[in-house]
Amino acid sequence: MTDKAKVRAQAERLQAFFTGAGARVVEADILQPAETLLDLYGEDIRARAYVTSDPLRGEMMLRPDFTVPVVQQQMAEGTATGAVTYMGEVFRKQEHEGARASEYIQVGYETFGDADEEAAEAKVFALFDEVLSPLSLRAATGDIGILMAAVEGLSTSDRRKAALKRHLWRPRRFRALLDRYGGRSPVPETRTRLLEKARKQGAAAVADAAGPAIGLRSRAEVTARIEALLADAAEPPISGNEVAILDHILSLRETSVNALEQLRDIAVDLPNIAPAVTRMDRRLEALSGQGIDVYALDFEASYGRTTMEYYDGFVFGFYAEARLDLPPVATGGRYDALTRVLGQGRCLPAVGGVVRPELVLTLTEEAGQ
Amino acid sequence: MTLKLGVPSKGRLMEKTFEWFAGHGVVLKRTGSDREYAGAVEGVDGIELVLLSAGEIPRELAAGRIHLGVTGSDLVHEKIADWEGKIRALAPMGFGHADLIIAVPKAWADVDTLDDLDAAAAAFRRDHGFRLRIATKYHRLVREFLRGAGVADYQLVDSQGATEGTVKNLTAEAVADITSTGETLRANHLKILSDGLVHKSQATLFKSRRADWEGGNRERFQALAARLGVDG
Repeated sequence: MTDKAKVRAQAERLQAFFTGAGARVVEADILQPAETLLDLYGEDIRARAYVTSDPLRGEMMLRPDFTVPVVQQQMAEGTATGAVTYMGEVFRKQEHEGARASEYIQVGYETFGDADEEAAEAKVFALFDEVLSPLSLRAATGDIGILMAAVEGLSTSDRRKAALKRHLWRPRRFRALLDRYGGRSPVPETRTRLLEKARKQGAAAVADAAGPAIGLRSRAEVTARIEALLADAAEPPISGNEVAILDHILSLRETSVNALEQLRDIAVDLPNIAPAVTRMDRRLEALSGQGIDVYALDFEASYGRTTMEYYDGFVFGFYAEARLDLPPVATGGRYDALTRVLGQGRCLPAVGGVVRPELVLTLTEEAGQ
Repeated sequence: MTLKLGVPSKGRLMEKTFEWFAGHGVVLKRTGSDREYAGAVEGVDGIELVLLSAGEIPRELAAGRIHLGVTGSDLVHEKIADWEGKIRALAPMGFGHADLIIAVPKAWADVDTLDDLDAAAAAFRRDHGFRLRIATKYHRLVREFLRGAGVADYQLVDSQGATEGTVKNLTAEAVADITSTGETLRANHLKILSDGLVHKSQATLFKSRRADWEGGNRERFQALAARLGVDG
């Protein structure tokens, strides 16, 4: 067990680094309304966060991260832009026994409203890179924006694209959908029968005959989905060529400069990703400008796909290669979409990351021995 | 020092448990008055019978306060995080069969699989502004199952009884509950998803990995295991 006072001192050192880089200090409540977090993250967060009940405020959670309260503050303050830093405990319930902590300190740096988005991303990455440099960690980077643009660029219906984008963060389900839309997995027999019936009798008649309408999901909603299934069945499959391109992107693991070259080639066949590739190009230039060696920097197109689904652009993480049992020392990325969800109609460009001082301390002590 | 065997304290589950042990030449008995929760084990020495609510047996096994226990596998899987590290399943006992399943209104002609449920949940959230509600008391099992299947945009709402009625009462859109014949589901106009089997439960003899196995308990267990024909 690492000494808590030492961890706190380490956290303060890290935060001082971020304030030195121009961030102002913000605080967040430990007790957060469960509803917002549940609505955002879904049922999974209930498995991971400590839920408690407040007689007046209802279900509350011990904050599982700072992102939501910090973004809410920024959005509430209206024109709040610039960089902020925070420091404090987060709480994560562990359902499996092991070394993972259920309470630990995070130090974060987030920047909002930067007009030059790639410059902001490069700056955030470079800050974490600099403060972690004595630990010689491996940096991983990715770009969810490229994946989204690739899905958006498929020649298929908007409904299919929306379904694929929704499951971008669940690789297995994404694969199953892609196989279905690509005609590579068979249509379930019950589906075939339903569609035959609906073609003969009409969607509404099939819905009417199914059973007494109970519950909130109305007959109209059932009918609408049957009609959507009929329309989808009439869609041609996504071409093998496009599926292959998507697979190529998903499996792309290269140094950043080589990855960019490959993505440029891919953009010839899938022009929709070109703007995202241009952004990556600009980001790499900005990173170079910050002194990052982009010829050595790893890029993994699928990186960030299994973490929480609010990142929607550049993503990064720092790992101790000699200690793969440890969680990443720092992670971060761009999350504009989250500001839109929490901003009630408004949104702000937002990019940032968090570092775990306890891991920094552990690795520093190990390196010293 | 005795080896403690926890069995359900009442009802069919208790009777069937007694029958199962008797079938292996070990006689379990309630002692004292009808209402007193006390029991005895005949046939193997040094074993104490502890009568407990079936719902509490998983917790007692995990804490190591009983050495052996009979309860439904659904309860062990649901109530004990990382149960394999604390408890070992010794023998399925062939009764108390119940399936934990996911069911939706029969009126949902468009929903037959988890895939459909996921798509319906996405549309439901868009139309109603909140996540599709699934009523259950098996939160852990259902959540892990749905996570594995990649179903999103749902929420679990707690229902400790009469779960099949929640859809009609507008407190949930779907249910995840235990069924053996499916009759209650049918009576409430619900149908089981074709790939909606979360867990196939039956009464099972479990062994605690955390109990004190010293002081002759290991030997007592081996004698009992030999009699029961289970792998110690």
